[in-house]
Amino acid sequence: MTEPGPLEAHLRAQRAAGRKLLVPYVTGGLGAWTDVVRALADAGADAIEIGLPFSDPAMDGPVIQAASEQALAEGATPASILDGLRDIDAGVPLVVMTYYNLVFRAGHERFAADLVAAGVSGIILPDLPLEEQPPWQAAAVPAGIETILLAGPITPDDRLKALCAASRGFVYGVNLMGITGERAVVGEQSAVLARRLKDATDTPVLMGFGVSGPDQARQLAANADGVIVASALMRRLLAGAPVDEIHAFTTSLRAALDGS
Amino acid sequence: MTDPAPTSEPPAAPHPASFMGEPSPDGRFGEFGGRYIPETLMPACIELEAAFRDAWADPVFRAELDGLLRDYAGRPSPLTECVRLSEETGVRILLKREDLNHTGSHKINNVLGQALLTKRMGKQRLVAETGAGQHGVATATAAALMGFECVVYMGEVDMVRQELNVFRMRLLGAEVRPAHSGSRTLKDAVNEAMRDWVATVETSHYCLGSVMGPHPYPWMVRELHRVLGDEAREQSRSLLGGADPDVVVACVGGGSNAAGIFSGFADTDAELVGVEPAGGAAIGRGVPGVVHGMKSFLMQDEVGQVLEAQSISAGLDYPGVGPEHAHLAEIGRAKYHSVNDDEVLDAFVTLTRTEGIIPALEPAHALAWVLRERASLAGRTVLINLSGRGDKDVAQVMDIMARRS
Ligand SMILES: Cc1ncc(COP(=O)(O)O)c(C=O)c1O
Repeated sequence: MTEPGPLEAHLRAQRAAGRKLLVPYVTGGLGAWTDVVRALADAGADAIEIGLPFSDPAMDGPVIQAASEQALAEGATPASILDGLRDIDAGVPLVVMTYYNLVFRAGHERFAADLVAAGVSGIILPDLPLEEQPPWQAAAVPAGIETILLAGPITPDDRLKALCAASRGFVYGVNLMGITGERAVVGEQSAVLARRLKDATDTPVLMGFGVSGPDQARQLAANADGVIVASALMRRLLAGAPVDEIHAFTTSLRAALDGS
Repeated sequence: MTDPAPTSEPPAAPHPASFMGEPSPDGRFGEFGGRYIPETLMPACIELEAAFRDAWADPVFRAELDGLLRDYAGRPSPLTECVRLSEETGVRILLKREDLNHTGSHKINNVLGQALLTKRMGKQRLVAETGAGQHGVATATAAALMGFECVVYMGEVDMVRQELNVFRMRLLGAEVRPAHSGSRTLKDAVNEAMRDWVATVETSHYCLGSVMGPHPYPWMVRELHRVLGDEAREQSRSLLGGADPDVVVACVGGGSNAAGIFSGFADTDAELVGVEPAGGAAIGRGVPGVVHGMKSFLMQDEVGQVLEAQSISAGLDYPGVGPEHAHLAEIGRAKYHSVNDDEVLDAFVTLTRTEGIIPALEPAHALAWVLRERASLAGRTVLINLSGRGDKDVAQVMDIMARRS
């Protein structure tokens, strides 16, 4: 076992203190997104996921697609977003979520160095599965960047074990078969996956995709260490919600998790 | 490749040291290819690869597919020598007539194979993307034939310029869903099809229409089109007294018709030429990148955002290219050139007037390159893959001509 990096160490400590973990997402470069990051931290996020928008987000539903398109239209680039993070001082670890081509195009070493310079601890690359990880890991590990791997409801046991062993920071459990976006109901498969992941690893397990509000967040966190909330927040932002409202919604998620 | 092989072992590659043999176990042609997909799709790609290996080594499957290709799709397609055009250009021009296949293009070869494979995997629903609509029509056709449900994603822009094919798919019982995002063309239809597949993978097969996407698609789709290359080689040898053509030319969108005909000649002395549209020249203008599950050449900006292709032909309006073409370009076994929309329209009219064959706009690219290069090709024999017929494009060309006159 290697020493956990700063992201994983922080999440482990929060978990040890008896807390369910909350990781909200915001698309970088969209409107007043840096204010949103601060509000999320203030409302009780344990880490914050920042999306670097990509032209072809094949794993994302309509809300995050629209947020990505809008951010790109506003001129967002990986460099402008990482610049924005540099002096944000959120007080919690930052995780970047993007598609692999932005990393590949920049070059693995340069991209890892840029993340470090921006104070980012971890990264989620949904289109870079375990088998394709090595060239990126060769740059990320020496730079101290924690790469979070995803597992899904139909991931077989042997793959699940390998994913858990390779994942750093936390393990991302995908609640459902499908793309990002709120769901009124997230099925039993989420709980089954959460229990399988918890059996397989001591690394924190966070469940994401489909989370629409506080009650659901509490239910989904019950079998895992916490939840990731993205589209529910981004839908509000795209509809023009002020930062206060995002803060209030995040506070309600926090309260629901603390009550569980 | 008709020997039965134990299911646990991969079938022998058709040419052991071929330029177009099997990719590496991780699905690579040189540095290109691979499997850049979400974890939720990984089990499906692994299952598909195993199912294809198993089926491809199974003489019963091969016989069933050959039967469908013959009795349903009309294979073998003829090889036509262009007498008047050869006289006019000084280049001996042969056409592989994939336009005469059922549904009007080469796309049916791949689709019938994947549809049989879908049945073999116990799935009942096909998802597909389409640009010009030819792959969508072929998929809808196979779905009707086999009683499958069928959903085809198509960019909104393409739904307008290929309206007839949209209606054709609906007539065949398929549901055509518009892709509203991005450039609203083929690239976005692929994104939508992948989004559908992630949610339905346990019951649906993604019937990808070109030699692109994650492993095993680039390899599998090429193998399913190999039949046209093998036929063309034997047909040209019997026409040319045992010789091969000097040059083999095909248009390249994702690259499936080109891969099919190249695979028949990769291990001969024939030069291989792929022709891209100037506004969608992934190899010509691209740099390596990763999208739609594969590493290949990709039109992208300096940070890695994928650029929108611009072409008169919906079927070639794609910023990427199949990974094996990236590899063939890199090692120099095939050369890739591009032609502009005006050259394509000229070629479209030329073939129609001199040979009485209305080509699709896609293969008109291949002919356009030959016409441009007629001086350097003088006296040589050139085989063009006429990948589809032009019926679908007649209305679009009529509009363009009306606007120009
Ligand atoms: C007739 C025809 N040729 C070629 C293509 C391009 O596809 P590919 O490059 O895979 O052959 C299409 C695609 O729609 C087509 O309809």
